[in-house]
Amino acid sequence: MSVSKSRIKARVWLKENLFSSWKNTFLTCLSAAVLLFITKGILSWLIFTANWEVIYANIRLLMVGQYPVEEIWRIWTMLCLAMFLLGMSWGIYRGVFTQISVVLIVIFAVTALIPFISGTARLWLFLEIILIGAGYWFGRTFSHVKKFYLICWVVCFPLILLLINGFGLLKHVKSNLWGGFYLTILIAIVTIVFSFPLGILLALGRRSKLPAIHWFCVVYIEAVRGVPLITVLFMSQLLLPLFIGNLFELSSVLRVMIGFTLFNAAYVAETVRGGMQAIPRGQYEAAEALGLNYVQRMTFIIMPQALRNVIPALVGTIIEVFKDTSLVAIVSLMDLMGIAKRIIANPQFLGRQMEVFIFVASVFLVLCLLLSNVSKRLEITLNRDRN
Amino acid sequence: MAEDKGSAYIACRNINKWYGTHHVLKNVSLEVKKGEVIVIIGPSGSGKSTFIRTINGLEEIQQGEIIVDGISLSDNISDIEAIRKETGMVFQQFNLFPHMTIKENIILAPIWVRKIPKESAVKIALELLERVGILDQADKYPGQLSGGQQQRAAIARALAMQPKIMLFDEPTSALDPEMIKEVLDVMKTLAESGMTLLIVTHEMNFAREVADRIIFFDGGEIIESGTPEHFFENPKHERTKLFLSQIL
Repeated sequence: MSVSKSRIKARVWLKENLFSSWKNTFLTCLSAAVLLFITKGILSWLIFTANWEVIYANIRLLMVGQYPVEEIWRIWTMLCLAMFLLGMSWGIYRGVFTQISVVLIVIFAVTALIPFISGTARLWLFLEIILIGAGYWFGRTFSHVKKFYLICWVVCFPLILLLINGFGLLKHVKSNLWGGFYLTILIAIVTIVFSFPLGILLALGRRSKLPAIHWFCVVYIEAVRGVPLITVLFMSQLLLPLFIGNLFELSSVLRVMIGFTLFNAAYVAETVRGGMQAIPRGQYEAAEALGLNYVQRMTFIIMPQALRNVIPALVGTIIEVFKDTSLVAIVSLMDLMGIAKRIIANPQFLGRQMEVFIFVASVFLVLCLLLSNVSKRLEITLNRDRN
Repeated sequence: MAEDKGSAYIACRNINKWYGTHHVLKNVSLEVKKGEVIVIIGPSGSGKSTFIRTINGLEEIQQGEIIVDGISLSDNISDIEAIRKETGMVFQQFNLFPHMTIKENIILAPIWVRKIPKESAVKIALELLERVGILDQADKYPGQLSGGQQQRAAIARALAMQPKIMLFDEPTSALDPEMIKEVLDVMKTLAESGMTLLIVTHEMNFAREVADRIIFFDGGEIIESGTPEHFFENPKHERTKLFLSQIL
């Protein structure tokens, strides 16, 4: 009885939504034909022509570039420290970290199941999942001791720097060997961490009443926004050494990070300034009337509200930074995109562009989807607090 | 009504302010003694809100002198901040900080400006919240309170700094009629406790009951000033009489 009932319901739905008039019927048939054509093309390509050998053979290159094999444990260890901190944040703050942790655990688990991953890599991935859990347990147990959390950050941060650089204790891996997804993440994170505070300062400076500060910030922001990122990257490769002279050597990667940071700071500045303008004047007045000084007003009253106002735009900036790192391939840095181009140029993998680009696109897609979901979650949490 | 009439707490002499070419305050002079309750009334656009904001430096003046509690208001930031410590202000739009709870709103300034330790500040905050009648709202966010409750919270926030003078800029003008009384009652108890108050309002009955002196502002200058009895029974100037006939 219920089967035929649902069949009737389905027919009714189809009739009303897809075949209600001649025009709609025609459009439905047309769209169906187009969809069928595309799907058939994609599926036949995926099943018959695609050869994922190119990804299997080059997975290490794509992930860490030409990093010496015996030192890759350092990258895994950095990931371990980061995952531990993530787990702790999840245990203490819940909220948005739950989503990030769960997604990462799923990604690690799925990656570990892929057939061509090496045994050591599988062990490391398993370790990462355990560390997230351990961090979570730590966070829950010590959630009242906030100082412990801060200490962990303060300890992990120099450790990570040590692992990246070596500093004499570990072998120094020259930065031109850094590459692949590792380089992408590194450049993106450094850019974001440094451009956000700089951008906030620029926004405050632009709103300042002191003419020197105000005009410097205006000129900086407008000049940087008028220039494409790729020119900034080229300029930082060529001009920075001229400015710094022989004081100290700037590796290619560092030059790109500096250029990218200075570029992104201008965009962050304008976004934050927009957020500040959305705050009613009364908030500024109330803060002044209470006797709070400039730094106190900005830290406690204005910035929390301004940043909350522009979370979607700021997360959008973060997503753009991740995607724009692929431009460093043009200045010959071997990030994920750069490696991809190199692989395609290899005669052994002739004609395999599609597989490589789909792989790169999927990596970015997963990353950016994760970031936009974080953004949505963050907005909900913050608005729930307010109301 | 306060008994202790000491020396001038607030002294404004020949204040002149222009917005571009528009002369908003014309030679305004006023002296407020300690413990006095001054109510400023007048038509919209007469400059009364602008005037009250010059006293704690929210508006700048081009000419004239303002001395609050012995400190002269100048361009010097530390002078302005010293004055703001001693003057509490309550706004027409409440201006509570929406991202903090009521309690956090109140303890922020005492902790960071007066450098009071957190536990003492919380104690003061809870006492004040009880005094204004909203102790049960301490951990809610401003968005969850009614207008009257928000304004009372704003009054508590200003009082937490233990100011010598309280400035009120049309505190009940944005409230629904049912909620005006609860705020005026709080202000009445403040007046009776001997605090120096400067209030801009349209509430005439309140003015009659509470004020030591009523100041009538029109077109940027003080037209008339006097006790409530003098003001409401025997106004001298034509403009005062006109205004009173329109509102009473």
